[in-house]
Amino acid sequence: MEPAFAVLVGLFFAVAIYLMLSKHVIRILLGVAIFGNAVNLLIFTSGRVMREVAAIIPEGATTLAGPVANPLPQALILTAIVISFSFFAFLLVLAYRAYQELGTDDTDGMRVAEPEGEPLPPIGY
Amino acid sequence: MNGDVLLILIVVLPFVGSVLAATFRPNARNSEAWLAGGVALACLILAAIAYPAIVEHGAIRSESEWLPTLGLNFTLRMDGFAWLFSVLVSGFGFLVVLYARYYMSPHDPVPRFFAFLLAFMGAMLGMVISGNLVLLVIFWELTSIFSFLLIGYWHHNAGARDGARMALTITGIGGLGLLVGVLLIGHIVGSYDLDRVLAAGDQIREHDLYVPALILILLGTLTKSAQFPFHFWLPNAMAAPTPVSAYLHSATMVKAGVFLMARLWPVLSGTPEWFWIVGFAGMASLLVGAFFAIFQHDLKGLLAYSTISHLGLITMLLSLGSPLGAVAAIFHMINHATFKASLFMAAGIIDHETGTRDMRRLGGLFRYMPITATLAMVASAAMAGVPLLNGFLSKEMFFAEAIETHAKSVLDTSAPYVAVLASAFAVTYSLRFIHTVFFGPKPTGLERQPHEPPFWMRFPIQFLVLACLVVGTIPALTVGPFLHTAVISVLGPNTPFYSLAVWHGFTLPLLMSAVALVAGVVLYLLLNGYLNRSEAGPPFIRRLQAQRIFERVLVVLSWKWARSIEARLGTRRLQPQLRLLVVAAFIAALLPISLDDLSLTSLRISEIDAVFVLIWVSGICCAVSAAYQAKYHRLAALILLGGAGLSTCITFAWFSAPDLALTQLLVEIVTTVLLLLGLRWLPKRIEEEGPKTVSLGTRFRRVRDFGIAVAAGGGVGVLAFVAMTSPVPLETVASYYLEKAYVEGGGKNVVNVILVDFRGFDTLGEVSVLAVVALTVFALLRRFRPAADSIAVPDQQRMQNDFDEAEPDRKVGDTIADYLLVPAVIMQWAFPVIIVLATYLFLRGHDLPGGGFVAGIAMAAAFILQYMAAGTRWVEERLRILPVSWIGLGLLLAALTGMGAWLFGYPFLTTYSQYVELPTVGATPLATALLFDLGVLGIVVGATVLMLIALAHQSTRGLRSARVATEAEQEEA
Repeated sequence: MEPAFAVLVGLFFAVAIYLMLSKHVIRILLGVAIFGNAVNLLIFTSGRVMREVAAIIPEGATTLAGPVANPLPQALILTAIVISFSFFAFLLVLAYRAYQELGTDDTDGMRVAEPEGEPLPPIGY
Repeated sequence: MNGDVLLILIVVLPFVGSVLAATFRPNARNSEAWLAGGVALACLILAAIAYPAIVEHGAIRSESEWLPTLGLNFTLRMDGFAWLFSVLVSGFGFLVVLYARYYMSPHDPVPRFFAFLLAFMGAMLGMVISGNLVLLVIFWELTSIFSFLLIGYWHHNAGARDGARMALTITGIGGLGLLVGVLLIGHIVGSYDLDRVLAAGDQIREHDLYVPALILILLGTLTKSAQFPFHFWLPNAMAAPTPVSAYLHSATMVKAGVFLMARLWPVLSGTPEWFWIVGFAGMASLLVGAFFAIFQHDLKGLLAYSTISHLGLITMLLSLGSPLGAVAAIFHMINHATFKASLFMAAGIIDHETGTRDMRRLGGLFRYMPITATLAMVASAAMAGVPLLNGFLSKEMFFAEAIETHAKSVLDTSAPYVAVLASAFAVTYSLRFIHTVFFGPKPTGLERQPHEPPFWMRFPIQFLVLACLVVGTIPALTVGPFLHTAVISVLGPNTPFYSLAVWHGFTLPLLMSAVALVAGVVLYLLLNGYLNRSEAGPPFIRRLQAQRIFERVLVVLSWKWARSIEARLGTRRLQPQLRLLVVAAFIAALLPISLDDLSLTSLRISEIDAVFVLIWVSGICCAVSAAYQAKYHRLAALILLGGAGLSTCITFAWFSAPDLALTQLLVEIVTTVLLLLGLRWLPKRIEEEGPKTVSLGTRFRRVRDFGIAVAAGGGVGVLAFVAMTSPVPLETVASYYLEKAYVEGGGKNVVNVILVDFRGFDTLGEVSVLAVVALTVFALLRRFRPAADSIAVPDQQRMQNDFDEAEPDRKVGDTIADYLLVPAVIMQWAFPVIIVLATYLFLRGHDLPGGGFVAGIAMAAAFILQYMAAGTRWVEERLRILPVSWIGLGLLLAALTGMGAWLFGYPFLTTYSQYVELPTVGATPLATALLFDLGVLGIVVGATVLMLIALAHQSTRGLRSARVATEAEQEEA
């Protein structure tokens, strides 16, 4: 089981990184979306994987007995999901506005702030 | 009054006053002056109240904990020396405020001026009464920052900006040095407490780190006191308003440097290193400052160089390491403050009344302003060291010290000659100040007719000049006791016998004074003609200015070198940066693995489940094809992306993480909707025509990126594998949560309890991020709508309209209006169902999978469905969704719930839980965590809906204008 899961995580990472290394904003965007999944799965593995033992205290008991899924990575991932969702939404809108303003989705073409071959500003006070 | 309260009030009052002052109307000169003057006077009175206790006990202290684990306490400590400076700072502060009331023009924005001035005063007071060296450095830096703001007050003036920046750069660098030096001292002594440091003199001087600590501390003090070779910032700082100059040059800023040298004098002085560094800086400043002052044409320039020279005198006195020298130094600090403040104020009045400070244009002002002229003359005489004035007394003491032999060296042998020479120069420039400004022919070409200033503007000068005279004639009866208190607190049992008499008989110092006076007058007579013709600056070395060197260095360092490093190493493109980041992360992860060999021996591998593998394989396929399709078919990539997300979701569900699965599912939905909305506005990729030729560079880039991606992915895969298969330690962080979740958190869903209770603060931060992102998205899109004609009607709608046109019995737009009618009705009916489901998810969250976040997303999805079903206008005509209010109320509720715990004396976000029997619903957990979760729900609903609506609204303008256009067409028809 574990090797297969590891392959999944590794491949998600590889795909996400390959997409993020692209010049085009949309591919970067897709890459970020997959990257979020990949990171969450990686965090998930740190708690080991176990089936059908959710960290929910049964009716009438006050603590959990026996082996149980690790709740800490889960709580971390819940936070991570929200943050990666926010990040993704922000990136999407930024890409949209950048495309509208600059007319390109190629990051190499976005050169308003730092034009290529810009002359040096004057030296001295 | 209690000493504790008193000291804290002295430090806090000016800052409170500063905040108040900033709130006044821009032209409220009078009320600002009342406030600032009142604060200064209050500090002065507080200091006066403290005096008896200081005489009796030596020092008063106030100590409160600040960062006890680091050995840092907020210690305030006022001994005689600190008292003297507190009086100087607050007293001169009061006079400067009074003067500034008349100096500032009604057009100047005075709230800023008085706010900065008061804050500067507070920083200065805090600095002098700090009882902890680190605290002292903090106030020290504050004085640098506020002096920067004060010097640059007239920021429309380039000179003011440059002067302010230079002052900040120099004193800031010095301040950093001082901080490190103080940390070294703290390391040597084992405490930052001033009392303990002052008691550890021998320990510090004998330590190996003494020399580095000394050099760093002196870097701080010498830059602050504008001592050679850091003197050049001071003349440039004269671009400040004159009241500020008067304050900086007299009781504050430059005095801070010599204050600290005197403060640490008992522990740092007496070594050859101290003697050489401090002595050289002092002597060079004394001579260079006095010499340069002669050749200035600007009144304030002359005074600024004279300040450098007089501060050099004080520094040199401190360098000698003899107690008498220290006494003279402290005495001269007072005297210099008195005459220099009055001279700056007089220069300000001259500038104010004539419109110029250029001595070549001024002359004969005595007949217009006799009283000011007389006052300025007395003050100049004090600066020159004329008998019966206070400057004379401390100068005599300086001469007496200069002729003493302290250590056989060049510095020592030359001291008397340098002293006489510098004094002669002082006489020359003082004489020039008086002669060229007040005597000689009437000035021509002035902008206005000069006259006496208002009485209260002249009052501070009168007061200070009177002080010069009184101290100069009866020193022992006036300043004597206070000076003694200050000296004792610095020197302790080593306090020597000294006499403050005016007449000591015919001694060598008296002869030196006489020689300096005569030589100065002769020099002035010789130079007078030349000075009025020449350019500003001393002859021959006029071009050699430390300021120019400094600017050169700055340009080379911060511009040329920085640029060349950037040109060589930097990149302005995103991809190389990302690539570097990935590679760096890869290497960083590889290092510990290669160092700490992985033992793959004790692996536990569970047996394989075919269904799982199938799901994962399809997940992988989805991800890989999404990457492939990203280039050609965006929509397909999007759907495949959803597939990858779904496989993650199922993985969570099967591996005992129901909360994650639920959240992942809903977030995946909202993400897809967002992308669908956004894709319409993003560029379509048009496939290139003709045979594809991929350049070699592109091919190389692809292979390289592929290699990096595979390597990184492989690494992470191995990491995940090792993590999953290595044995679990018996006790983990999670055990704590598992044990306490129900007992202390009152919830059975441990993950949810962690989020809303144990780590509630994290969750608050996380949802705040979400809120901020939503508002940013809103701000990015709100004022921006694409022009109507730039939006092409989607292909599908165009086809539908074409169909309508072709059919005789249909109007254009009919098909669109009926589009997806059945699903639309279902979606509308689903609205209440989803709301109920969301409520259910929310209520059970504490005990079973669910919670505020999931419920929020579900609710947001309900709203979005309505938008999708019926369009923006239809929904907004019926529903008033106020997402920003949702966000605001949610944040408020979450924060208030957290603060509610304070009412019961618990820390922020402590929860209370109880089960409540509700009719029909049954036993419901009603923890305060539920209220917090309700806040989370509000934020999530608001943020998600806000983002989606903002994107959806992008098309409304196009539709609206299109409708207006069709309506117009119909009317025409």
